[in-house]
Amino acid sequence: MAPALVWLTALMVVPCALVLALAFFRRGIYGGIDYTFTLENFGLVFDPLYAGIFLKSARIAGTATLIAVVIGYAAAYATAAAPRRWQPIFLFFAVLPFWSNYLIRTYAWIVLLNREGLVTQLLRWFGYTGEPPSMLYTEGAVIAGLVYNYLPFVILACYAPLSRLNPELAEASRDLGASAMTTFRRVILPLTVPGIAAGAVFVFVLSIGNFVTPALLGGGRFQMIGNLVYDQFLTANDWPFGAALAMALIAIMLLVLMAQALAADRAAGRAAEVKADG
Amino acid sequence: MTSLARTFSMRTILMLVYAFLYIPIAVLVVLSFNEGGLPTAWSGFSLKWYISLAGNAAILSAALNTLIVALVSTAIATLLGTLLAIGVEMRRHYGKGLEALIFAPMIIPDIVLAIALLSFFSMINLTMGLHTIILAHVVFNLAFVCSVVRARLKSFDWSIVEASADLGASAITTFRRITLPVILPAVIAGALLAFTLSVDEFIIAFFTAGAGRASTTLPMQIYAMIRFGITPEINALATIVMAVSIAALTLSQRLNRGVIGQ
Repeated sequence: MAPALVWLTALMVVPCALVLALAFFRRGIYGGIDYTFTLENFGLVFDPLYAGIFLKSARIAGTATLIAVVIGYAAAYATAAAPRRWQPIFLFFAVLPFWSNYLIRTYAWIVLLNREGLVTQLLRWFGYTGEPPSMLYTEGAVIAGLVYNYLPFVILACYAPLSRLNPELAEASRDLGASAMTTFRRVILPLTVPGIAAGAVFVFVLSIGNFVTPALLGGGRFQMIGNLVYDQFLTANDWPFGAALAMALIAIMLLVLMAQALAADRAAGRAAEVKADG
Repeated sequence: MTSLARTFSMRTILMLVYAFLYIPIAVLVVLSFNEGGLPTAWSGFSLKWYISLAGNAAILSAALNTLIVALVSTAIATLLGTLLAIGVEMRRHYGKGLEALIFAPMIIPDIVLAIALLSFFSMINLTMGLHTIILAHVVFNLAFVCSVVRARLKSFDWSIVEASADLGASAITTFRRITLPVILPAVIAGALLAFTLSVDEFIIAFFTAGAGRASTTLPMQIYAMIRFGITPEINALATIVMAVSIAALTLSQRLNRGVIGQ
């Protein structure tokens, strides 16, 4: 196991530590690095201009997460309600698109949404004669692309607890006079929170640091944190600031993961309560 | 809700979700066979976009680069990842730090690993090219191979390894005759997964490829083509790439039923 650990240390731990260190240095006059200690880069992250991009990224990632969780939970619920022998097949076909290339899945939305794309053609076919609507290169297009790309994982994450759910619990709740809605809200939903949390964290974390989807579906000037980091390293040549942005991204990610662990703990507590009550 | 109405609404949900997941991909595949190449009108079945791909030197050289990167990084990652999995599972008691080290490559954002490696390679003055992409891809590939093989080893009875040693077999014989046959399906599944991930990987390759077109991989080429605009050739290329990765993954799942899904 030693060679693998050396590989991970040399090509992951050391480079990441280097980025962390870079964030504390100054940008050199000609784009290089001036090795004097500073906290300026972290201050700049909170500059209204950049903090605004963080907020926008969080808003887009949050919206995509919400939509993906609603659709993904419904799909997982419908899969878990299907006859047992069909469930693996339904699940397989829900996850299959996830294994095709990310760029290609994103490109498919350019084909659908561009001015002469399939959606415009469909509208025309239904008798629409006005100007083609501009759907591509909008925030909506970015959100659609993120939901599309990460939905399969939410379905998988939500299916796991739903399929393990004891049907007798829901029956007992109905027998005791609870409506279908109450049974769902008070029994099924709380027991499946860990799956929802896992799916939501996955979508949020991958969305907020995403760089490809905003670049392709948001258009050239559309910026999320990922694009900002990209620019600092490949065009603006301000590596220390880019490094500070990357560290801020990691910090957000760790916060979200900790929140998930907390939610999972509380859900486990609630599940124990339901079991004790039953 | 009656049970009939319930079944009906469940089926409707599934059908809508599948439509959402598959229509965008289906449109690409259909358009790749469209003579005119444009989404505006169907002008007849044709393979001309596939034929034109075969004559596109930039795409062919990118495909060759991708194949080299994927094969080499998969080979290294499979060897290192498998040994790591055996080492970790044999000890059973391992620290949280080790666990985090193995888990990190799978969750660290691509863009962060990409800039970290770019900074590192330029700091040590290593000229970047296909070799640096391979070094980078092994990082996440070995973590994935390791997790697939570990899942298999969880149910492995280590006492038969001890028994084999007690009966006088050398460590190498024991590995070859006992451990390897048990984990082989997982090793192959892990290798196929690594191969697919490497073929599809874009961001890290983009940052560690260095200057010049010589080390452009297929995803980098696809990205450049997409940014340039819609061309019917991308549809054909997309169809081929999707077919290859889905075939590799389906094979991997068959070999190692259940392990990857967990």
